[in-house]
Amino acid sequence: MDGTKKAIKAAFPLTIPVLIGYLFLGFGFGVLLTKAGYSFVLAPISAMTVYSGSLQYVEVELFKSGFSVFSAIVMTVAVNIRHLFYGLSLVEKYKGLGKYKFYCIFGLTDETFSLAVSQDPPKDVDKGKFYFFITLFDQFYWICGCTLGAVFGQLVPFNPKGIEFVMTALFVVIFVEQWESAKTREPAMIGLLCSAVPLIIFKIFMPGLTSYFLIIAMVLIFFALMFRRNSLTRRLDN
Amino acid sequence: MQNYPEALITIGILAVITLLIRALPFILFKGSKPVPRFVSYLGKVLPYALIAMLVVYCLKDVSFTNGGTYGIPETIAIIVVALLHKLKHNMLLSIGAGTVLYMLLVQLVF
Repeated sequence: MDGTKKAIKAAFPLTIPVLIGYLFLGFGFGVLLTKAGYSFVLAPISAMTVYSGSLQYVEVELFKSGFSVFSAIVMTVAVNIRHLFYGLSLVEKYKGLGKYKFYCIFGLTDETFSLAVSQDPPKDVDKGKFYFFITLFDQFYWICGCTLGAVFGQLVPFNPKGIEFVMTALFVVIFVEQWESAKTREPAMIGLLCSAVPLIIFKIFMPGLTSYFLIIAMVLIFFALMFRRNSLTRRLDN
Repeated sequence: MQNYPEALITIGILAVITLLIRALPFILFKGSKPVPRFVSYLGKVLPYALIAMLVVYCLKDVSFTNGGTYGIPETIAIIVVALLHKLKHNMLLSIGAGTVLYMLLVQLVF
């Protein structure tokens, strides 16, 4: 058996949970996109280039609210800055992936990251090919999910009101998982407080500018976490 | 509402910035330079804080004025998602049931 086949055989079974999740989440994005009035063609285009679940939901919001380079940049940073830390955790592991490295970094979504940190290639399988196929399978599922949802949304008439809640539900689920596994819940509490308080203040005093509360929230979170660094480090290292 | 050229530019911005964010650590810590301590500290705590922030972000359009729903459907659906997930730990079930419930609430009840 040649190296590529071996890598596919090792990688594919690991990606099955992502298959189910991505078909479902991608479907939700596709429906939202076409129900906002856009052609389904934008679904595979987004899935191939942006390739970021939560950001593509935000993308539809951006489409609806009018063109702004500034909002697009701010929202991408706000939604995806956590990926910076995925990279940090994989700097060592992704050394020596060779020509596959660029694609593996491009495709480093939440789900692919969770597989990459937890799985190692079997002894006789090339490391580069192993992570490449995990990443490739995952993106393939995502493209299928997004496109199916978009075609469905364009063909099947139904009231999509409220379907955007799929994004909220996704974040709540991740929040619950972190809440249960975290050594300390203070970072999560800091995140909640530092975002909820500015949001409420924006809603009362500057209702037109609510989208920008995220910038304030991120600055507050950064300073709060740095301020609590000693105490939190001690609890994390225990 | 963006037209198609605008939408494509937006997609381009989202794609490039996302790629930059994902690639930055690999560019910064090429070779064998150790990661600064405050960065690895932030790497441990930020994911928790940012997911909490994104949950709040999703609630930014809840309306408290006349004609709004005062966040009641959101509150109900979020509680159901969180409880379901705590009990069953099945991501698809939690997200699917929560979303269908929310759609029913905003379409039929509120």
